[in-house]
Amino acid sequence: MSLASVRAAAIDLMDEYAERIDEDRLEEWLDLFTEDCSYRIVPRDNVEQNLPVSIMLCTNKNMLRDRIVSLRNANAYNFHYDRHFISNVRVSPAGESVWQVRANYASYQTTLDGQSRLFSIGRYRDKVRMEGNQLLFSEKLVIVDTFSVPTLLATPL
Amino acid sequence: MTERDPEPLSNALNTPVVNWQRQDYSRVPFWLYHDPQIYKREQERIFKGPTWNYVGLEAEFPNVGDYRTSLVGETPVIVNRDRDGKMRVMVNRCGHRGALVRREVRGNAKEHICIYHRWCYDLDGTLLGLPFKNGLKGKGGMGADFDMAEHGLQRLHVATRAGVIFASFRADAEPLEDYIGPTIIRHIDRIFGKPIRVLGYQRQRIYGNWKLYLENQRDTYHGSLLHDFQSTFGISRATQTGGVRMDARHRHNLTWAMTGTDDDSEFSHIYKDNKVHDSRLRLLDPTMVKFRREYDDGISLAICGIFPNATIHQISNSLATRQLRTSGPGEFELLWTLFGYQADSEEMTNHRLLQANMVGPAGLISMEDGEAIEITQRAVVGEPDACSVIEMGGRGPIKDLDHRINDMPVRGFWSYYAELMGLEPEGAER
Repeated sequence: MSLASVRAAAIDLMDEYAERIDEDRLEEWLDLFTEDCSYRIVPRDNVEQNLPVSIMLCTNKNMLRDRIVSLRNANAYNFHYDRHFISNVRVSPAGESVWQVRANYASYQTTLDGQSRLFSIGRYRDKVRMEGNQLLFSEKLVIVDTFSVPTLLATPL
Repeated sequence: MTERDPEPLSNALNTPVVNWQRQDYSRVPFWLYHDPQIYKREQERIFKGPTWNYVGLEAEFPNVGDYRTSLVGETPVIVNRDRDGKMRVMVNRCGHRGALVRREVRGNAKEHICIYHRWCYDLDGTLLGLPFKNGLKGKGGMGADFDMAEHGLQRLHVATRAGVIFASFRADAEPLEDYIGPTIIRHIDRIFGKPIRVLGYQRQRIYGNWKLYLENQRDTYHGSLLHDFQSTFGISRATQTGGVRMDARHRHNLTWAMTGTDDDSEFSHIYKDNKVHDSRLRLLDPTMVKFRREYDDGISLAICGIFPNATIHQISNSLATRQLRTSGPGEFELLWTLFGYQADSEEMTNHRLLQANMVGPAGLISMEDGEAIEITQRAVVGEPDACSVIEMGGRGPIKDLDHRINDMPVRGFWSYYAELMGLEPEGAER
């Protein structure tokens, strides 16, 4: 695949990712990850101090599935709508059929009575891989600038 | 007790009038969560009062000159290690015009210099020098009676226990060990008995009154009801052996439990009988919730609240402190400092990192607290008369219990709170 076509596919993947979260299709959102994926949300401050603690850490897809099942069945959190904006998508080769994808994100939350706030801003440092004819996330690393998390963090970033 | 009219609009010069309704603090007026004058009085009488505030861990300051900026209540402070190896805590406010002296979150320095007019302070807060003190070419400068010794950074009193650093604004605060008391001291020594390694931080900003968080920690029975993840997977359920302990003055608390001391069917029956949702979830990957026994006592859950701003928790193998920082009556921040032991294997460190999923702003068994506090803050706004009801575990004397179906320590919190605030009702329980 040419880098240009991977870039186009990576942007599609990011757009799909944002849409499935924002439309609360989290079970389908899981389909965008490889089985051996990792998913991490880390405070920027920890990254800068070289400290390993995450806000959310899933080291395989089953853990990610568990998160979503827990969200649906066990956790109570602030009712809200999500809206993601992803920009500055950059793609570079990172091995055989693997690419690094970097991007910025902004995630807004809107309450059920229509008040919106900027919930989180930060960057993605991801790895994507071709599986069959589909590009999937094998690593999702969300580095959060807004690491003093407002209220709580339930739905994925 | 004589009946008094509730008066939410308190005057800073006068003692606010609080109608507690009962002397045992089983009723608490909601307006205390919103009133700006009450908040102001809390800063003066509690955070700057005869209490010990948690400000960090010595492990965060390995070298001379290592500093971190922090908050005591809402007051900015600098915490640093002085040349003699001792921890010092100073108000982070220039003795000149009041600017923040240290703007960084952390670093290492030989002295602290305010950028505004370059006043320079030593690691113990002493004013070392200021530019143009004697003027320039015989003109300007400070007056002859200007005394450097009077204009250093305001110092707090500092005491540590097992590497946990506390600071107090008051010289007449009880000695730290007396203030904390033997039950909580044992808990600190248990958790900090070996050299620790800080693994990282989580921060969370909750839009509610700070007292709601202290109540939340002291209400030992919400855990298995609000945090459904925890009860479903047997991490902490009220059917396990456990209880609550307090210090003699009932201002601090320790909630503890042992995993494996109840069985699934007993739990299931009891919760069904109480009409609590039992979803019987099963994790596809249960690695994260495994408890690895690392202390002799077999306790798998120990959450300790130290008045007024600290929590030290062991939730399975997740270890952390939480520092509460107030930001007005309707907002506070939690700083979670997660740690393990220097002697941990890489595998154990990874296990602790996995278990960080259970705590903090996205914690599978803690995220609900943020929501519970915010919905309370929103619902009690503008309410001059109504009170919360605190009588799980009974009314009357405040005492330790060998079960967790109670919110006794919440009444303990209010009793000490009222004492410090000078708001105790006549014949109050302590």
